Formats: sequence, structure tokens, C-alpha cells
Amino acid sequence: MQFSESIFAARFGITRQDLEGYLGEALSQGGDYADLYFEYLLTSSISIDESMVKSAAQGVSMGVGVRVIAGERTGYAYSDDLAPEKIRKAANVAAHIASAPAKVEKFDLNEGRKHNLYPVITAPTETAFTERVELVKRADRAARAYDPRIFQVQAMYADNLRQVLVATSDGRLSVDRQPLSRLSVSALARQDGGAPQRGHAGGGGRMELDYFLKEKTPEDFAREAAREAIAMLDSVEAPAGEMTVVLGPGWPGILLHEAVGHGLEADFNRKGVSAFSGRMGQKVASELCTIVDDGTIGNRRGSLNVDDEGQPTKRNVLIENGVLRGYLQDKLSSTLLGTESTGSGRRESYAHIPMPRMTNTFMLAGESDPEEIIRSVPKGLYCVNFGGGQVDITSGNFVFSASESYFIEDGKLTRPVRNATLIGNGPEALKYVSMVGNDLRLDEGIGTCGKDGQSVPVGVGIPTIKIDKMTVGGTA
Amino acid sequence: MSGNPLLELAQDIVGKARAAGASDAEVTIAEGEEFSANVRMREVENLKEAGSRGAGLRILIGKRTGASYTSDLSGEGIAHLVKSAIELADITTEDPHAGLPDPDEFGRVEGDLGLYSASVAELDTGFKIEIAKRAEDAALTTDPRISNSEGASFDNYVGQHIFANSRGFAGAYRSSYCSLSTSPVARDGDSMERDYWYTMARDFAGLEAPEYVGRMAAQRALRRLNAVKVETQKVPVIFEPRTARSLLDNIFEAVHGMSVYRHESFLAGKLGEKVSSECVTLIDDGTIPGLFGTSPFDDEGVASRRTMVIERGVLKNYMLNTYAARKLGMKTTGSASRGLTGNAGIGHGNFFLEKGVQTPEQLIAGIPNGFYVTELMGFGVNVVTGDYSRGAAGLWIRNGELAFAVSEVTIAGNLNEMLLGIEAVANDLEFRGSVAAPTIKMGEMTVGGK
Repeated sequence: MQFSESIFAARFGITRQDLEGYLGEALSQGGDYADLYFEYLLTSSISIDESMVKSAAQGVSMGVGVRVIAGERTGYAYSDDLAPEKIRKAANVAAHIASAPAKVEKFDLNEGRKHNLYPVITAPTETAFTERVELVKRADRAARAYDPRIFQVQAMYADNLRQVLVATSDGRLSVDRQPLSRLSVSALARQDGGAPQRGHAGGGGRMELDYFLKEKTPEDFAREAAREAIAMLDSVEAPAGEMTVVLGPGWPGILLHEAVGHGLEADFNRKGVSAFSGRMGQKVASELCTIVDDGTIGNRRGSLNVDDEGQPTKRNVLIENGVLRGYLQDKLSSTLLGTESTGSGRRESYAHIPMPRMTNTFMLAGESDPEEIIRSVPKGLYCVNFGGGQVDITSGNFVFSASESYFIEDGKLTRPVRNATLIGNGPEALKYVSMVGNDLRLDEGIGTCGKDGQSVPVGVGIPTIKIDKMTVGGTA
Repeated sequence: MSGNPLLELAQDIVGKARAAGASDAEVTIAEGEEFSANVRMREVENLKEAGSRGAGLRILIGKRTGASYTSDLSGEGIAHLVKSAIELADITTEDPHAGLPDPDEFGRVEGDLGLYSASVAELDTGFKIEIAKRAEDAALTTDPRISNSEGASFDNYVGQHIFANSRGFAGAYRSSYCSLSTSPVARDGDSMERDYWYTMARDFAGLEAPEYVGRMAAQRALRRLNAVKVETQKVPVIFEPRTARSLLDNIFEAVHGMSVYRHESFLAGKLGEKVSSECVTLIDDGTIPGLFGTSPFDDEGVASRRTMVIERGVLKNYMLNTYAARKLGMKTTGSASRGLTGNAGIGHGNFFLEKGVQTPEQLIAGIPNGFYVTELMGFGVNVVTGDYSRGAAGLWIRNGELAFAVSEVTIAGNLNEMLLGIEAVANDLEFRGSVAAPTIKMGEMTVGGK
């Protein structure tokens, strides 16, 4: 899409001259750099509970954020009104971070080349609600039909269509139309009056609604949620202490997001507050580990044609054969560090200052047969489903919570285990990776990452891997 | 009725929704101005300033519901808001329990609740930057091992919250806050640790001194240095107020009316039963002047109140909005909560654990070998089953004293047993947000380490 076709030009009548004028106001006090981020966001959500569609909502929000950088300082202001006088006012507020005469007088805005990673003609948000409501109804029916022990089902479908325009004082003009949708299902199972157990599944991405009708249906997600809930009925409490841990493929890649991803965001490293600070070129994982952050995979939840600073996204190698190779850079950190942006500048909305963030973070496939990996473990834990995770950037300690695991005894999967928290230290944990499977899988598209109060959609992925030593937190 | 244009707008939207076919309607409008100043290593890093507003509408057509929101309060934006909500009633299901509160439940707490101070909006930018710099500087000069910092920030907010519905309820209240925080980094050899301290109040005068904030943050970071991982073992565990608060968050989820009627809580069906040791009295009170969980009415127009949740160990009440109350055959506790849109959820007022008589030091002094938890990480709490397993860091207790730093361990148990196993609640209750707890001593939990 070109600027002239964007909603900002077509509906709000914003011209290139307007954008150049606002950038001029933003730099009127002599800042080094300014950018404008226009956003027009449509959202909708539908949820079902007790087989009733109890809630449906839709909304629209719009606004513009103006940023001025002067050295290491950032001034930021935004307006939820796109009237010219309101935008100029925001530009003037942001401009006050600097205090010198204006340096730049003319901006030559050019639309650069960018990806077309989600060529979606009709975004789900633009389809009839009568089609979308069927997704949650089908999920509800399928989860209940899976097993009579399923007694509660909730399903939620949500989508949004974000239209953005970024204009920068170094001449970049980018527009993008970013559809995103997600279906999630939660099921509760109970038997013989015992304690209920929960299962959860979901997925989606930047695609047409057809995805949920043809590729990953509501029934697929519903059966997976129900399966997990039923499997957990026979589960035992997690063990405690250090042991061998095998992670299944896909969503368990959240390990990489927590253990290394956040620690490699350039802002923390520029400030020297990350456990990975100053370790570039050093060995931080076993040589079997190559980890990338790739914002260019078609239709993925974490992918973007351009980041929220107007830079095309990239595939960035973070760790190559165990050696630390790169940080995730945004405009500010890359300028201060004298390097290039990696297309990792992201923000939650026009009301937020961009920061270096992950997109889709995963480990490349290795050579081991996944079954062989499990067979090689005399005693350990096999973790397949996870809740969330968290990391302390500075100490490097991270945790993530396995909702579904199995004991490995003599190379075989035995009893299901619930609620195992895994804890480790970022620069150390992956040194114990001794086998990497040939079965790389990306997650289904449900991840949301939080940093400094800002949430953005992300993806993760991993093949089956074996970690020789990791602390598991349970009671048994 | 009030000369408040946004309140009149809310009532106008209710009228338009009724005219468009809604049998009932509820409108929320939020308006606010935010400011934040961050400094790092004694220099200004970010300044951010802006105002925003938005409106949310929920309608009922009979027993079907629809909801919408917009940041566009123009005539065109409002017309679209109404149409968007109305059309959604076509796809939702008739729900016999849906609807506004019963007429006799609308109300508000009268009098000044101390939620707003006009002085917050008048604070000078240069002054706020100076306050943040003083807090960071106090941290940086506490000890030579405080070598770095993630900075300090001063934030303030003033806003207005409006709610009106088609049963004639219309109310508005202003609120303000300011806060100061700093996050220093301590280093000793290869050991690097970060911690933080913050203060928050409805007006500037209520904040702790910047020097105190800085020193507290520095001391917290310093005492984490050179942490070790301990052996896996079962020991008594003490939650300091910060981590005890997170335990209250877990209990809130378990007494949340929606979780209860769906049987998604280990406390479902236990009203009137002993769920905790006798030293636990847990209260929700949305009426205490000046505190962060205080409001005159909830997000359905029901008056805020004081609700006994657990009284000397016995579960007395769940936290309910109108919908959950109807599902359970009970009365709302005035706990409806929502953002701009959707059906009302459930929130809390000031949700706190009543203080005991012993000092935290007395609690620690009685423990020969135990764990004093200062940080919890991750999401390993399952409120359905009560299973609890989280990453933890803190200090090891040896012979009644805090002896050395511990990190990269887990603590695990089951909330059922943990609540029954609370042996003592200390006297150090402080409201530093809408959830507050004193130091708690837990009988025994599994610490997962080496």
C-alpha cells in the first residue's frame, strides 16, 4: 500500500506537506531526529461461556504520537484527535526536550521498499459478525463433544486491524495495514467429584478469516484444549530440584524469549544493565544452539512489514552455534551505539514510546530424532505446554511455567505432571543443551509480550531439545 | 444537571442508544492527562505528556447484549458508537441473568473521598525532573557498589471517570495521583542485581521523600548481591509485604465471582467454611478516603462498600458484580469493574489483610532455618486447583536472622494448604496501592533449588 491509498491520506486528508510541517514543528527546538506515528485501530471480540455468546464488542481508536530525540533524550507527546492544530500542539510539546535553534529545514519524505508479508485482502475485522460468531460456537460444541468429563468451556475470538503511518525526519515514509486475529479455547474437566483441571489452546496470526475455516479450525483448538484438560485429570504434582528437562516443539520456545531474547534487547545492553551486557562474541549457549529473531515470516503473529519506526523488519541472528552475535536494535539505541536498526523498534500504540522488542524468536532445527531424545533420558521431565514466563534482565534469572508435562522414566513417557515451574539463568541455561531435534515448530500464534507496561504480539518456536540440568519447582 | 459536559454527553449517548432500540444502556467515559519524566545517570532520558479520552457503550435489547467504544467523541463518532453496539445484539445469546443492577442497588458514597488534588496538575516540569534526579542520586550515592541505574521516574495523572445508565444513574468523579520510583543496579564482581522502590499518593505532599525512595531501592538491590542457590528442602517461608501482596492477588482471583460460578476456583463452594488459619482476616473496602482502591461507585453505578472476605479464617463473601451475584443467587458487592467496553468484570477496592501484633523481626526471630521471600516471578499459580509454584529470590534465614541472599529457586505448595498454614501476620501494614498486606509467616513450603 502507498501513502496516497492509506486511510490517513484518503479519509483524513493528510498530505506530505502536512507531515513535513509537523516534523518541522517537532524539530523547531533543535532536536536531532523526529518521527510521527499515526494509528487507526479497529478491534472486535466475541466470547462464549456456558454455551451462550455473552459478550460481543467492537471499537475504534485513533491517534498520533510525536517523538523528538536530542542526544540520549526523548520527548514524546500524543493526541487522539487528528485535527492539524492538535497534532501541531503535540509536536510542540515533544519539541521541548531539545533547547537549541532548529537545524533542519526541509524533509524529503520517500516511501521505501518493504515486505508484503500478509497480503490480506479482507481483514477478519472487515467480515460479517455472523461468520465470526460461528467460530466460538463451533469451538464450544467441539470441546464439549470431546469427552463427557468436560463441564465448562469458554472460547474467545478477537481480531483487530491496525493501519499505521510513520514519517521520520530522516526521510522515511511508511504505511502499513496490519490485520491480526486469534481464537482461544479453555476447557475444564472433572471426574468422580475430584478437583477440576484446565486445558487451553489457541492460535491465529495475520491472515484472512478463511484460516479458521480451512487450516486451523475451531474444532482443532477445542479438541486440543479438551485433550489437555482430560490428560491432566490423572496428573501428579511436579517434582522439585535439578533434573534433565526435555522441551517439546513449538510454544515451549518461550524459553528462548525469556532466557535470551529480552536480555539481548539493545536498550538494556546500551545501559549495561543486562546479564548479557559486554558478552558479544562470547559463548552463551551450547554449540548446538542457533537462535534467530525473524520479523519476516509470512502471516505470523509476530511479523511486521515495517517496525513501528518505519524500518523494514529483518531476520536477525542472535546466537550462532552458541556464540552471542547480535542485539535487537531500535532507532535510538542503534544511533547511540553507532550501528544499524535491526527493524526491532516496536510500541503498543500511538500513546507509547518505541523500544527494541522481539518479533518471532526461535531456535533452528538440529539433527536429532525427537523420539531418540526422549529415549536418551533415564529420568527427567518432558514439558509440552506452557503458561507464561518472566525474566529479571539484570541477574539473568528467568522462569516459565509448564502447564502440561510428563515424567520420563527409562526413556519412556510415564505419568502426566501439572504446574511445573522451570527456573534458570539466561547466559548459563542453554550451555546445558545437549540434543536439538530436527522438528522445529513455531507456536500457533497466541503470544503477547510485556515490557515496561507495553504489550505487543510475538511468536516463538523451538525444536525438541534436551537440557541436561535445570531447576524444576514443584512440591513432590 | 451538573454543568459537566462529559456527563451530559454520557447521558446523551444513553438517550441515543434508547432511541436506536436499546431497552437499556450503560455509558462510561474516561478522560485523563498523563505526564512522566524519566532520568537516568543524572540526565533527563524521557519526557512524555499527553491527554486522551474515550467513551464506551454497552446496550441490552431484552436479554441480549452488545458493546462498543470509541476515541472519537464527535457527533459522527458517537453515531457510529451507538450503531456498533446495537448491531452486536444480533449475534449474542439471550442470557436470563444479563441486565442492569436492581433499582434499589444504585447509589454512591457521599462526601469527599480524597481522590483528587488539583495541585497535581500544576506541578512544574523542572521540579518533577529534580525530584526524580534526587531519588536516583540518593540511590547512586548509597554505596560504591551501586554502579549503574535503570533510572528514576516521576509520573502524574489527573482524570475524570463518568458513568451513566438508562435507569437514571449518572455520576462523575475526578482522581489524581503522582508517583516516584527508582531502580538502581548493584554490582560486586560478577554478581549484578537490580531492585526498585516506589511511592505513590493522590497529591505530592503524600509522597515519601526522594532520598528515602533512593536509599530503600539501593538497600534492596545491595542485599541481593552474591546470591546462591540453596538445596531443595521444606522450610518455613516468610513473605515480605511486597510478595505477600501478590499472594492476595491470587486469593482475589479465587474469590472472583466469575471464577466461582464457573467452578474455576479452589474456593468455590466453600462459603462459611474455614479456608485459612485464624490469624487471617481479609477485607475489601472501597470507601477509605485517599486510597488507590477507593471510589464512590462501581462500574455499574452501585455504591462502593466494605466487604468481609475472610474473617478469622472463615470465608464470608465472594467479590461480585450484578451478573455473578445473579448466577450465584447472591447480592452484588459493588465490585463491578470495566474499561471502556464490554460487560462489567469484577475488581476490588482496597483489598487488604488485617495486621497482626508481632513485628516482622519477631516473625523472623522464631525461625532457625527458613526463606524470606522478597521477589516472586512467573505465572505458576493455578487458581482452579490451588497449585502454586513460582520463581523466587530473597534472603535465607539462619537462627532467626537474615543471613545471605538466595536466588534462582522456586517455592511451591498448594494455596489451600498455604492459607491454612499461615502461622502469623505481622503489624507492618502499609497501603502502597489498592492491594496491601503485612509480612506473613507460612508454616512450610517446598523450596526447589540444587
